Amino acid sequence: MVESRAAAVQELRARFAAGQTRPAEWRAAQLRGVLRMATEMEAEICDALHADLGKPKTEAHVHELSLIKSSCLFALKNLKKWMKPQKVPAKLMNFPSTARITPEPLGLVLVISAWNYPLLLSLDPVIGAIAAGNAVALKPSEGAPAMSSLLAELLPRFVDGTCIKVIEGGVKETTALLNQKWDKIFYTGNSRVGRVVMTAAAKHLTPAVLELGGKCPVVVDSNVDLHIAAKRIAAGKWGCNNGQACIAPDFIITTQAFAPKLLESLKKVLEKFYGKDPLLSADLSRVVNASHFGRLKGLMDEEMVSDKIVFGGQRDEQQLKIAPTIFLDVPLDSAIMKEEIFGPLLPILTVDKIHESFGLINSMAKPLAAYLFTRDSELQNQFEGAISAGGMLFNDTSIHLTNPYLPFGGVGESGTGAYHGKFSFDAFSHRKAVMNRGFAGEARARYPPYSAPKLKILKGVLEGKLGDMIQAILGFPRGK
Amino acid sequence: MAASAAAVMEELRGSFREGRTRPAEWRTAQLRALVRMIEEKEDDISDALHADLAKPRMEAYLHEISLAKGACMFALKGLKNWMKPDKVPSAITTFPSTAQIVPEPLGVVLVISAWNYPFLLSIEPVIGAIAAGNAVVLKPSEIAPATSSLFAKLLPEYVDSSCIKVVEGGVTETGALLGQRWDKIFYTGNGNVARVVLAAAAKHLTPVALELGGKCPVIVDSNVDLHVAAKRIAVGKWGCNNGQACIAPDYIITTKAFVTELVDSLKRVLERFYGEDPLQSADLSRIVSISHFKRLTKLIEDKEVATKIQLGGQTDQEQLKIAPTVLVDVPLDTELMTGEIFGPMLPIITVDKIEESIAHINAGAKPLAAYLFTKDKKLQQDFVSNVSAGGMLVNDVALHLTNPHLPFGGVGDSGTGSYHGKFSFDCFTHRKAVLIRGFGGEANARYPPYTAEKQRILRGLIKGSFFALILALLGFPREKR
Repeated sequence: MVESRAAAVQELRARFAAGQTRPAEWRAAQLRGVLRMATEMEAEICDALHADLGKPKTEAHVHELSLIKSSCLFALKNLKKWMKPQKVPAKLMNFPSTARITPEPLGLVLVISAWNYPLLLSLDPVIGAIAAGNAVALKPSEGAPAMSSLLAELLPRFVDGTCIKVIEGGVKETTALLNQKWDKIFYTGNSRVGRVVMTAAAKHLTPAVLELGGKCPVVVDSNVDLHIAAKRIAAGKWGCNNGQACIAPDFIITTQAFAPKLLESLKKVLEKFYGKDPLLSADLSRVVNASHFGRLKGLMDEEMVSDKIVFGGQRDEQQLKIAPTIFLDVPLDSAIMKEEIFGPLLPILTVDKIHESFGLINSMAKPLAAYLFTRDSELQNQFEGAISAGGMLFNDTSIHLTNPYLPFGGVGESGTGAYHGKFSFDAFSHRKAVMNRGFAGEARARYPPYSAPKLKILKGVLEGKLGDMIQAILGFPRGK
Repeated sequence: MAASAAAVMEELRGSFREGRTRPAEWRTAQLRALVRMIEEKEDDISDALHADLAKPRMEAYLHEISLAKGACMFALKGLKNWMKPDKVPSAITTFPSTAQIVPEPLGVVLVISAWNYPFLLSIEPVIGAIAAGNAVVLKPSEIAPATSSLFAKLLPEYVDSSCIKVVEGGVTETGALLGQRWDKIFYTGNGNVARVVLAAAAKHLTPVALELGGKCPVIVDSNVDLHVAAKRIAVGKWGCNNGQACIAPDYIITTKAFVTELVDSLKRVLERFYGEDPLQSADLSRIVSISHFKRLTKLIEDKEVATKIQLGGQTDQEQLKIAPTVLVDVPLDTELMTGEIFGPMLPIITVDKIEESIAHINAGAKPLAAYLFTKDKKLQQDFVSNVSAGGMLVNDVALHLTNPHLPFGGVGDSGTGSYHGKFSFDCFTHRKAVLIRGFGGEANARYPPYTAEKQRILRGLIKGSFFALILALLGFPREKR
């Protein structure tokens, strides 16, 4: 029986208020439940990912299941440590006192997931919310309906369904959820809806984490191992849900001189990966739905762009498949260069000198990830200093998200906030400052009536003058 | 109006793009200039605070000037460290690689300040923005006009005004500023305007820090040193801008058995502090404006409230002065008991058992600060575990904001984000994840065509299996030629 949305939120509120989600034991039990689900329900999960996206089994395992499992394990391993209050230095001026920062759950958390990594992007934030001791409502993406119903069916079997709930639905349902008062909202998706989420959150002063996207650029210098670079670019682009990934390379910038070599290398690699007819390869995800297929077709077929195709271009509307397609020197004002592609199309832009790529990237919105292939460490340093992005990776693509010690999140248009590893725990925690004093250490100089001698002593105390501190504690200036 | 806001933004964007605010030397120079400004112009600052709020010189020094200077010094001392990238462990999945978190400025930021600590609440966020390498616009509160014009006059004399600007004005000017695209907005004030700020920020996906308020409760147990407790409560309430402070005690909860003693102690302390006629004391700030004065006097006009006054209640409209006023058991549905007071009234609620106070606090919105006076360690523990607030202080009031190692900020309705110390730097910083690889460590298993063997190796790699790593690096599974 599907409970009403209002009843669901009410139960979450009541359970949180009753303290059910606070104890470490409860949190650990939920995390172990998610881990068990990811282990026992592998086959069902892979099937759902295949139904929703034509996702190859290897990608389903490596990009979604394995990452969820390691996320659970990392949280389980570190939970006790993360929950501990952190002592901080006490200020001499407040002597005697102790000070610490105590992490506490925010309360009720809403996680709105995306369709492209529908398991990972649902459960990874939920793992953080649970570890931090919150009650959580998960709204899986309706764009991946098989996964959405699978989560609605499975989660209650493996975790405490009174404090962790799946609420399915589309725009209408999401809007209704956004009108509730949450203590934090975690949204993964596009920047248009990101604005809608933030505006709704504003009404309740709810803080939000927004994991958005952008046009992730790949700058390719000539001073590289070309074959390896090509493989890594291809794996990060087409080996990630056929380009439908927020950190997939969106476009390449290289020099005019080097572009032909790079193109040759990419062609060779692509044939090795997907064979002569990529539309027949089982290792390529399909495009998620007809609407996105139409969007991508529009990008490819735009007049100023369609004659710039140098590789690929094949498509099968019935199967919703588009082959890896490379363009050379499309105009900057073409649609394909103005919006996030999120598909198997890869424009290569050329410049005279590789440094010109910096200005080009900086003329666009800050992306979620920026990549540079080069052996030149000076170029690397300059890139790092000049380019702002959520994250950066040198000589590879996408994999920085697998390091739980690196915060994963955007900046500017690509988002706000971060997660993964302890950053997930922090994303759903309030760091409460706590100071303890006793009744000793009374400084009479503190109190009205104010006087010049009192001010003098306090000035000295604030400047760290030991003599004045002693005087203050000894009760100077002596009262009449 | 919008045109001039756009012009300011364009100039600052240009300055930021040129990289002017990035070098440590520039940041250090600005911070040193601010220290000089505070030292050289201490009297002017005190005078402005007195003009705006009749703020006693002692409070001007203790609560604004010295804290601002301290924040500059702390930032100067920590800056080089804070700017350094943070090396973090590498994962086996990306072996070999090095990983670090690089702090970088967000860009051009907007600081909207408040009227009650108009110097401190302007300067301290600006210090954070500068330390983090941003260009910044400061919009001081128009309700503290003397301090606002002082900033407009002084800042350009001391800091680089191509990157740090003061824009004065009221609702119109603020609205124009909010229409621009900022990389971060830092707002100190109340919940209503905060919603407006957030809604404007949402249009540009601009992240926001909100330092708001709330009803800061003080639980007073009977197991205390009463005289010390009363002094500390009084100085935290009336010695902080006469109650017009976001972390001033808003109301007290104590037991029915203890309330009389507490009220007597407060009476004695207040007389000692402010004399027989508090309206004559130079040590009490005045109410900031006629509008707030009327708001406050209205709170105690109602007969069912006025009869609960135990001490105080005197007002002087001409001087905009209201005396410290203590009330007991005012009905909970009155305005005094439901809204943030932000003035010299201090209602006391009585309960049977002191433990009941925790449920009472939790029934309301999360405050910016919560206080407890007790020697009872278990009560202290329950309080810290069960009450959520921005910050908490046991056996004193307000002081926690002076520790730069503690994050200062709210939660829920009292705000989001925090600052002070390094938290100020972090507030205006993007922590960029950077992973560096070379061309070694190629793992054939990664690439299509996918096979069961490759999958096995990759799954092992993600599990952190060293063996899987070796297989992967050795090029397993071997390719068929």
